[in-house]
Amino acid sequence: MKMNKFKVSMTAAMASLLLLTTACSSGNSNSGSGAAEGKKEVTITFRSSGSEDTLTKYFESGLIEKFETDNPDIKIKIAPVLASEGDYTSKIVLQMKSPDTAPDIVAEDTSIIKSDAAAGYLEPLDTQVAGWSDWKDKFIENLKAGVTGEDGKIYGVPATSDTRGIWYNKELLAQAGLPVPFKPANWDEVLEAARTIKDKLPGVTPLNMIVGKSSGEGVTMQTLEMLLYGTNDTLYNDETKKWVVSSPGLLDSFKFINQLFNVDKTGPSMQVALNGQAGSIAFQQLFPQGKLAMAVDGSWAGSTWFENGAAPIENVADKMGFAPFPTQNGQEPGAITMSGGWAWSIPAQSQNKEAAWKFLEFLMNQENATGRVVAEGNLSPRNDSVDVAGYTDRTYTAEAQALLEVAKFRPANDQYATVSAQLQSIVESIASGKLSPEDAVKQLKDNVTRSLGEDKVEVK
Amino acid sequence: MKRKSRGAFLFLTPSVLLLLIFFIVPIILTICFAFTNMALTGSAARNLQFIGFQNFTNMFQDPDFRISVWRTLVFLIFSAVIGQVVLGFILALLMKEKNVTFRRIIGIIVIAGWVTPEIVVAFCMVAFFSDNGSLNQIIGWFGISPVSWLFSFPMVSVIIANIWHGTAFSMMVYQSALDEIPKDIEEAATIDGASNFKILSYITIPMVKGSIVTNMMLVTLQTLGVFTLIYTMTGGGPGTATQTLPVFMYNQAFVNYQFGYGTAISLVLLVIGIVASLFYMKSMKVKV
Repeated sequence: MKMNKFKVSMTAAMASLLLLTTACSSGNSNSGSGAAEGKKEVTITFRSSGSEDTLTKYFESGLIEKFETDNPDIKIKIAPVLASEGDYTSKIVLQMKSPDTAPDIVAEDTSIIKSDAAAGYLEPLDTQVAGWSDWKDKFIENLKAGVTGEDGKIYGVPATSDTRGIWYNKELLAQAGLPVPFKPANWDEVLEAARTIKDKLPGVTPLNMIVGKSSGEGVTMQTLEMLLYGTNDTLYNDETKKWVVSSPGLLDSFKFINQLFNVDKTGPSMQVALNGQAGSIAFQQLFPQGKLAMAVDGSWAGSTWFENGAAPIENVADKMGFAPFPTQNGQEPGAITMSGGWAWSIPAQSQNKEAAWKFLEFLMNQENATGRVVAEGNLSPRNDSVDVAGYTDRTYTAEAQALLEVAKFRPANDQYATVSAQLQSIVESIASGKLSPEDAVKQLKDNVTRSLGEDKVEVK
Repeated sequence: MKRKSRGAFLFLTPSVLLLLIFFIVPIILTICFAFTNMALTGSAARNLQFIGFQNFTNMFQDPDFRISVWRTLVFLIFSAVIGQVVLGFILALLMKEKNVTFRRIIGIIVIAGWVTPEIVVAFCMVAFFSDNGSLNQIIGWFGISPVSWLFSFPMVSVIIANIWHGTAFSMMVYQSALDEIPKDIEEAATIDGASNFKILSYITIPMVKGSIVTNMMLVTLQTLGVFTLIYTMTGGGPGTATQTLPVFMYNQAFVNYQFGYGTAISLVLLVIGIVASLFYMKSMKVKV
């Protein structure tokens, strides 16, 4: 009996020791440096949308091989992160926190780059860009603001840019008796067009806008800010450095959403709208099936219908159009767009910063930078991309590029993520009829004031 | 005697060490972080500061927090207490002393819900409740027009999902407890002329009281932690309609990147769990 007890205790002790050792040893397995054959391994991390991801395909289309041939001492390892937009941010931040897991190059959404820079996750690239002749002349100047931290240092190289507007189905609009090409002059004309489609074409969703908070930042940028920046107000006052949490423009923007979803009922069904994949459903299913007439979305979205896209449409230019989104009352400059995009950054904890920069320079040279945006249907951050064959003759690129002239950017502030999250939740509540526009303004004011402090907000 | 106890302590060391590393330290850290401005990104991520009760003051002023507590209670009462505990008991009672084949068939059906992982349950339920889902097809046969269940009745949908998922556990606990009751006691009561209801309320339930309390506690704590199911089915929405505390906590920590605030919310969740457990023990006068 005694012996038995002893055996049990010993087994337990051994088992716990084993547990402890395995728990401790697992931390070391993923160190970035010191890869095989004495080569420096550069890990590059970006958000992938799955096996058909265009960026992954682009990397694997010979780009990496070419670089590795020219630089035999460097090995490039692509490490895509399969995640939703919101999850991607937290995943890479957690990776960047430790030198064991930090990638050497990371794709950063320009909406979060200032926060990550302020948190100390990113390496300033001022010296590198100073020694890079392309940086000064070839990169579009106002995109550089998007990668500049609050301390004035450069934390990334812009990789893609984009604009937003109204995608529409020309055939459906013509059937409803609306003018094609569609060019609404103000908000009322957009709403009126949606109402006409609802009356004339039952079974067709008139206008899709991203309102489900599961769609993350898209709600703030593609829906709310597209509206707000077309009024006379903005979200952030650059002069006073305060957040404008209550303004006539904000109330009107909320009213627009309420009108679309609850009064006119010309938006998508809530089941679609609140789905995290609302954008994909619109562009991969509803538009190609002729069940959706208009959608406010990014300039890249149309590439879904190209020959190599997720849902190809034949003769796409004849069937689908891209219109500028109008300002509230048609005030100057008539149209409005928000521009964002992604940048490449080097994490502060990266073990191979020099090799990483070398690859980054290669990645962002005229040919490769343009190759990527052509593959993805994005706009290029380089002004010399127009000289590369195949860039401007892509369908919709000219329209999207033209919009850059009226483009506004998200507030350059590391608290943006907090405000944006509040807005996502509020926009969803308005669209689903749980919150009136007036209460929404009040709620935004209360919540942002509570999160950021009285001294960071103002009322217009 | 002394030597013996020293030996015992030696053998206790690994388990104490494990407890310390995997339970006690995380709990202490959680409590500490709840009083900081810990954030995932932004300047706060660089300067971790103790901010006293700021997170808690913010929380109690936050209308979203109050809504979440309310949603959590509704979810808890309907899906755990009423749904799983009562339904599980009724099922176990109905199956008592039925023939083995019958018990097996019912058992397999109910347990199917329990062995299915939460995320799979969530996807099944989305398929069931969605616009073109099974439920709408079924009611379509009776000429009823489809309903957007997840939008119009989000809370009811997630409650049903959780009941489907969890009832088997209660049923099994009660089955084994009911089987333990000696047959002759109930038979004696029957001979004395007691009605079925009287037997149930004066004999059966008091005799399985311990199991009821333990089960209620387990089910409550499990339900307080339900996240995957709700997050997958509704994402806490529409608006805040199904935003229970775990979903609210996740949103604060991983969407707003406010870890300190999220941790403070998790502490409140812990307190609710403790209070609920104490309440059950007290109200049923059971010592566990």
